[in-house]
Amino acid sequence: MSRFIDLTLNGVTSGMIYASVALALVLIWRATRIVNFAQGAMLMITTFIASSVIAASGSYILGFAAALAAGLVLGAALERLLVRPVEGGPPINAVIVTLGLLIFLQAVAGMIWGNTPRSFPAALSIQGFRIGGRHVLFSPFDLFTVGSVLVMSLALGLLFTRTGMGLRMRAAAFEPEVARLLGVRVGRMLTWGWALAAVAGSLAGLLVAPVVFVGPNTFDAELVFGFTAAVLGGLDSAIGAVVGGLILGVALSYVSGYESPALVTLAALVILVVVLMVRPSGLFTHAKARRV
Amino acid sequence: MTAVAHLIARLEAARAGWLRLPRQTLARHLVLAVGFGLAFYVLSVYISPYRDSQLATAAYYFTALVGLTVLTGLNGQLSIGHGALMAIGAYATVLLIGRAHFALVPTLVAVTVITATAGGVLGAGAARLRGPYLAGATLALAVGLPALADGYPGTFGGDNGLTVAPPTPPASLGLSFPLTRWEAWIAGVGALVAFVVVANLLRGRAGRVFRAVRDHEVSAQLVGIPVARTQVLAFTLSAACAGLAGGLYVVVNQLAAPGAFQLSLSLSLLTGVVLGGLGTLGGAVWGALALVFLPAWATNLSHAISLPTNVSSNLPLALYGIALAGGMLLAPRGIQGALGRAGQWLGVRLRKSTSNEEGSDEQDHK
Repeated sequence: MSRFIDLTLNGVTSGMIYASVALALVLIWRATRIVNFAQGAMLMITTFIASSVIAASGSYILGFAAALAAGLVLGAALERLLVRPVEGGPPINAVIVTLGLLIFLQAVAGMIWGNTPRSFPAALSIQGFRIGGRHVLFSPFDLFTVGSVLVMSLALGLLFTRTGMGLRMRAAAFEPEVARLLGVRVGRMLTWGWALAAVAGSLAGLLVAPVVFVGPNTFDAELVFGFTAAVLGGLDSAIGAVVGGLILGVALSYVSGYESPALVTLAALVILVVVLMVRPSGLFTHAKARRV
Repeated sequence: MTAVAHLIARLEAARAGWLRLPRQTLARHLVLAVGFGLAFYVLSVYISPYRDSQLATAAYYFTALVGLTVLTGLNGQLSIGHGALMAIGAYATVLLIGRAHFALVPTLVAVTVITATAGGVLGAGAARLRGPYLAGATLALAVGLPALADGYPGTFGGDNGLTVAPPTPPASLGLSFPLTRWEAWIAGVGALVAFVVVANLLRGRAGRVFRAVRDHEVSAQLVGIPVARTQVLAFTLSAACAGLAGGLYVVVNQLAAPGAFQLSLSLSLLTGVVLGGLGTLGGAVWGALALVFLPAWATNLSHAISLPTNVSSNLPLALYGIALAGGMLLAPRGIQGALGRAGQWLGVRLRKSTSNEEGSDEQDHK
């Protein structure tokens, strides 16, 4: 029983990280109808930047802030330079461009920081809380993980529903032509969408790096998990992405704990395919005809 | 100019006469394959053993790219998982040769069938997925499958992988016959078999149906094409090629290890088809050559200007990334498309110049 509780707690923590990656994918999907396969590489770059800043300054907070800022800039720059030309074209072209970006960023990271993964500090202790005389698999850092993803999701939710900027962004994504006629700078809104998404991705990188280390390829699986979580939630819904992340995190934690950690990614594949077969619009979107 | 025009005229006469390929599809592809085979043989004999190993590498890349051409280029299904399918082929080869002591040819046949079966199962799932969803699912396969080797080290040898003895050239070729040349021959024959089978299929009904499904699913359905079955068939055929390529990989490298079949392999294969030209078998040739010579060239370059190790070891990947994204943005039809256009342009120019010299003024007629 205690093992079950431990695995569940562990699943909630990793689920929040998947939710953060999923949010990044959902934001971009909603804005530009592109699945950003370079997301894993983008958050890898920002986490490397954090690692360098922390090593140079000795301050975790400075590194944390640097990663989020770098994500903002990187997301905006990539949208403007690379993605704009393929927006609205055949989806396969956009996917191939983001895949090219994925390899390119991995290669650049390898050139700058080397191919050997390096360790990454956690913000708080990773020693589990003591409850009833034993350490549960939930540490102060896990609490920080869950909390920061929740705060970010809330902030994004408020931005989209309560501010004029959020309204303009939704309008630009939902009905670009009409939004443009009403004076919304559609291109700029899409750039903002990519930038905010990259910030969400950067956060996920910072939170998962203490476990998987920082290397050019260490975040490949996070992209798979984030994508699965996003599809679970319907790829269109931010709340769906968070809930999808949680469900996936807990499910994969059981697979890892009761079966084998080696099966986790393939289990995600099975979940992905089953969800797409049974409920292609995801668990949380309204019924709507959509090609999957 | 007259000399060139004369040459062109001679060439065109030859193309209309003795150089003309047979009309019948199978015969034409067999003639082409024999021609390619001869060229391959002559090339392999005259180059150094190191170049032979490059040739062998190009041959198995070509086999894999033929598979990806069928699936992505002609059927419009984007797969990022072909590296994983190659891994299935490679591990099956090592297990069959090493544990079950199969001979080489039955092994390669069995491996092709095994991977095709795996591809059929995957395809049955994939046929319901479109565009980015399919890409995501095959991505999960590419990332998840190599991890299995770590999870079951007893069967798959863990991180170090499994090794197998190199194929021995027959004694009749002489004792000093280079091993790499023998490997190149095996890989070359495998590649040619894949070429003939696939080229033949694509030229006929199967190819038309594949393209119809790619271009417009609803219309394809309206004329009575079973869309889902076609997509599963394309996936199966494509996986068979990838599996054979995995088998040839083992023939050349004598090793199946997870490190060789990471996501970057799948993405390199995608780069190969995009760079060569999506949807043409000629493009697969250019793609395979690019995948062999781009890294070699990058290594030479980094030695020449003595780049640090970190930079030089990642230079090929960076070039792939640039080729993949840049190719898609700037030249979506790849090398084959560019060659075709250049050929057309040259043909038009030369024909114009010849007709002008002969005194006919086309300009007035227009």
